Amino acid sequence: MQIAIASGKGGTGKTTVAISLALVADKPVRLMDCDVEEPNCHLFLRPDHMESQTMYVTVPEIDLAKCDFCGKCRDICAFKAISVFGKNIMTFPELCHSCMGCFLVCPNEAIKEGKREIGVISQGSINEIETLSGTLRVGEAMSPPLIKKLRDMTSDAMLTIIDAPPGTSCPVIAATKGADFTILVTESTPFGLNDLKLAAKLMEKLGQKFGIVINKAGIGDGSVEKWCAETGYPLLLSIPFDRKLAEAYSNGIPIIKAAPELIPAFKRLLEEVTQ
Amino acid sequence: MKELIVLSGKGGTGKTTIVAALAALMPDKVMADCDVDAADLHLVLNPQIRESHRFLSGIKAKVDEDACNSCGKCLKACHFKAIRIKRTARIDELACEGCGVCIHICPTKAISAKENDCGAWHISDTSYGRIVHAQLDIGEENSGKLVSLVKMQVRKQAEAQKARYILIDGPPGIGCPVIASLSGTTLALMVTEPTMSGLHDLKRIAGLTAHFKIPFCVCINKYDLNPEISGQIETWCREQHANLLGKIPFDPLVVESLVAGKSISEYDSPASDAISAIWQKLQLAFKE
Repeated sequence: MQIAIASGKGGTGKTTVAISLALVADKPVRLMDCDVEEPNCHLFLRPDHMESQTMYVTVPEIDLAKCDFCGKCRDICAFKAISVFGKNIMTFPELCHSCMGCFLVCPNEAIKEGKREIGVISQGSINEIETLSGTLRVGEAMSPPLIKKLRDMTSDAMLTIIDAPPGTSCPVIAATKGADFTILVTESTPFGLNDLKLAAKLMEKLGQKFGIVINKAGIGDGSVEKWCAETGYPLLLSIPFDRKLAEAYSNGIPIIKAAPELIPAFKRLLEEVTQ
Repeated sequence: MKELIVLSGKGGTGKTTIVAALAALMPDKVMADCDVDAADLHLVLNPQIRESHRFLSGIKAKVDEDACNSCGKCLKACHFKAIRIKRTARIDELACEGCGVCIHICPTKAISAKENDCGAWHISDTSYGRIVHAQLDIGEENSGKLVSLVKMQVRKQAEAQKARYILIDGPPGIGCPVIASLSGTTLALMVTEPTMSGLHDLKRIAGLTAHFKIPFCVCINKYDLNPEISGQIETWCREQHANLLGKIPFDPLVVESLVAGKSISEYDSPASDAISAIWQKLQLAFKE
């Protein structure tokens, strides 16, 4: 079973919800931080026994002894990652999507497997919560390959909770695709509603089951509550705005540690989305 | 011409609020919203669209079902798991990255390329000046290219108007749209918040601007929420020789202004005063 936590807008409380669910879940449980550009789950759980592995994608490397500069690799590359001029050939590994087209078309086996570092995957555990988190290399543009590598590590043996990146484009798809249920976390402001609508459209396009959690309920204009009532999308939980919770979050303390009275609500949320 | 981009690494720290405030303070400028994935600046600036264009970028594979003999060669060649065979080959357009390998390998020429129409961009007028903004279609992947296009267009507008400044609302994160939006800017203003996540993410976005040799300065939003971590951010700024331009207090009027669809600069409030002071210092930073 896989539950993803996503949102259109950033900073609405995805990590807060993911951490809370991991803490109230039956153990063992797996928490996967797929917000690889800015991963934050470890700040709240501080897992021990962290083991890290550097991840790479395959990019072409030219064997000049075999290359006859025919240009077929350049012609098939849709990403302009290879250029050939006269008796010169250059690759631009940072543009490569690893489609392997150049390997396929080279008549001389002149293309070797090189690699580009995309980031690190760290594995750890704390109190029977297994943590897996990706950290994109600073300067690397493409996050989906690292997110996909993380997602390939999903285990069927236990519940996996996925903390997704913000937005509505390819990194979110890589993180949420295939999840059994996606929780969209938002705040009840015009920005929150605007971005929630986009995220809901994405979920419909992906054909994924989803529901909505409002964070910092009480501030804003109540527009999300109204929209949920109009559209019939399930409003699963409202987490109240409370300075105590904001302070706990700021110090890297899970909100249910600061406010244990919220534990039953998160247990109910987990039950509802794993049904 | 000076180009200011507002970034944060972490989402939801207040980039758009601060851009909307600066929009009211900065004279003689053109604006761009480079958060093409979940753009919000238009909710505050109420742009009147002058012209709109579709954004075409790359291709997607398309199967001619009559010509397909379902041999499965495309399925094996696709490294994006974008093809499945169900009677004929079928393309998952959300997974297809447009590499064209399947088109090349198909023995019956059943797969062709179709142009990928994946968003829209606009040139609009607001009460604070002209803005270039865009919306990537849901689930698309060319956000970096759309951001580059928005930046090219905003520079054209700025040159035509002989504007003194370009003001850019940046996307969250440190990936492809952020890298595209950073290119060629004069100065980055990082908006952070006094949380462990805020500080952690600030360090990563600062690393990215250093990687591209773009100078940056910092402001702390809602600094009074956690004075201790605000202090840690100040210490970090000193260590990095990063210019800390100001600290904005938590101010309930900020959400009220958003709900009203107005820039916080139109209110007489503590947050508004703090952002005015930041603007004064930004002008000095541009001179350096």
